[in-house]
Amino acid sequence: MSTASQATPRLAPGRAGVKKELPDRFKDYRHVWVFLELERGNVHPVSFELLGEGRKLADKLEVQLAGVVLGPPGEMVEDAVAEAFAYGADLVYIVDAPPLADYRNEPFAKALTDLVNTHKPEILLLGATTLGRDLAGSVATTLQTGLTADCTELDVDSDGSLAATRPTFGGSLLCTIYTLNYRPQMATVRPRVMPMPQRVDKPVGRVMRHKLSLVEDDIVTKVLGFLPDNQSAMANLAYADVVVAGGLGLGAAENLQLVKNLARAIGAEHGCSRPLVQKGWMPADRQIGQTGKTIRPKLYIAAGISGAIQHRVGVEGADLIVAINTDPNAPIFEFAHLGIVTDAIRFLPALTEAFTRRLSPHSRDKLAS
Amino acid sequence: MHIVICIKQVPDSAQIRVHPVTNTIMRQGVPTIINPYDLFALEEALKLRDVHGGEVTVLTMGPPMAEDSLRKALGYGADRAVLLTDRYFAGSDTLATSFALSQAIAKIGETFGRPDIVFTGKQTIDGDTAQVGPGIAKRLNLSQLTYVAKIASIDLKTREIEVARRAEGGTQLLKSRLPCLITMLEDTNEIRRGSLQQALCAARSQVVKWTAADAGIDDLTRCGLRGSPTVVKRVFAPTARAESAAQIDTAEKGLQDIADELIADILTRRPALEHELAFKSGT
Repeated sequence: MSTASQATPRLAPGRAGVKKELPDRFKDYRHVWVFLELERGNVHPVSFELLGEGRKLADKLEVQLAGVVLGPPGEMVEDAVAEAFAYGADLVYIVDAPPLADYRNEPFAKALTDLVNTHKPEILLLGATTLGRDLAGSVATTLQTGLTADCTELDVDSDGSLAATRPTFGGSLLCTIYTLNYRPQMATVRPRVMPMPQRVDKPVGRVMRHKLSLVEDDIVTKVLGFLPDNQSAMANLAYADVVVAGGLGLGAAENLQLVKNLARAIGAEHGCSRPLVQKGWMPADRQIGQTGKTIRPKLYIAAGISGAIQHRVGVEGADLIVAINTDPNAPIFEFAHLGIVTDAIRFLPALTEAFTRRLSPHSRDKLAS
Repeated sequence: MHIVICIKQVPDSAQIRVHPVTNTIMRQGVPTIINPYDLFALEEALKLRDVHGGEVTVLTMGPPMAEDSLRKALGYGADRAVLLTDRYFAGSDTLATSFALSQAIAKIGETFGRPDIVFTGKQTIDGDTAQVGPGIAKRLNLSQLTYVAKIASIDLKTREIEVARRAEGGTQLLKSRLPCLITMLEDTNEIRRGSLQQALCAARSQVVKWTAADAGIDDLTRCGLRGSPTVVKRVFAPTARAESAAQIDTAEKGLQDIADELIADILTRRPALEHELAFKSGT
């Protein structure tokens, strides 16, 4: 299920779209907050990406940037706090309590909602991970405020409102969404959409510690266990340096082997566009694009992918995009750096062979001599 | 056991046209389907009914034509369908949508029996927000279990449920309590084909149609555009990059030559990649 208005964008008619004077109860909402997601002891990289973006918003608004760290008492939380400062936070709110050791909606939503009600941020950003989306939806509902999912661009407009831009309608369009008359203005952003900021040379900041107003016995849901993904089998698409992906232009499921062969030859991860997952040709964790993974590789090779904006927003951060497609008018040629109008099914084996030749020790020796 | 599943009728493709002048979406002529993610949830609901008995009620909010999707769901084997439709719901964002649906679910509970589980798909393919499920759970004070890959067990006597849910970097095993809200992951179920008998039944069965008032919603300021804190200010097509891709000429060349030329071009632009690729490929 999802929003009608985010799914049915229109130029907002009538009163709803008009900015009124902010109600008195929201007037003292100030500062930009970033929720830092702890993933089995480490901070999820998306949190740093958000701190980088949050810093820009806070500077424009001339307010402070705060991190929020929820977790069990101990080293894990303290490390996360240090990292938050290193990536630009001016202060960090901590709630550390044993029930926050593993993610569950109930204690996390309670802790974050209480913090917001106490300290009143004007903007609250979370990663659009499984954890972030689970948490953001219930916190926004409790606070009765607006939440914009999977933003690809965040900005502050001339009168200080958060302008959150996201793809809509399967990604064929972009829309800019405001939360005019409610606070905080909440948004989620997917991993790898924003660039990783530089660590700043500013190891200190203020820490505000809060108690969790909930004990384990109050919590209905219990964690029975956790099965980590088998590292070798897990696709690390989001953080791969080189990615090869296939689309509908490959024509048949078995032709995906051509993509995998090239990926293996150059040490790349392989992926695909959404229709292939919908057809069941590839598992969902290999999907690149707005509803799959966002990638920022040094080299991205797209074979038989037309490049709808849904896909485009997932790969735009790539350093060098190479497109192979039979259709010279395919939208992918509008954002690729290098294009070849040819049939990927025939071209991929040739490219694999050429790469193998080029990268073989023999030819490297020849280059050196 | 009473299960309520929320579905959404969505446009079948991303090939949606935009009116060149008004910049609004033109939905006319675009075929609609049940949001594919919701079908995994529907199948799970039907499987649970097969094992534990009871009823499956399918609910959607939308325009009158959304009845088509409900009939399809009845064809798959759902027992009852409720269409929540009213012009006051037009323009609802996720907050307003979850409000209306939660009120309708409460009304379904009063009318047909309290649900033990409310299902949704993990998200829709048009909005992609994954926010309505958590919104409903919060409003109805249901235990929230999102991205569920598998329901391991349900004990109707102790009212306990165990699920495996997708988490960052692994699978979390949770025990919780009924009633709960579950958003179901894709690839969890093989979708069944409804029987001919079910299709005939579906064609004959009544879809319950509720307006806002029928669903017991008296505060219309919480519905539709008025009840939506988010406002879409601008819809636009993405701008094309100024320069388009440098095309490698494929005329009168063998595939190997084109491939060599492409690699040379890549490595001229990014010389550092040569060692990196050689290293990664392990050659």
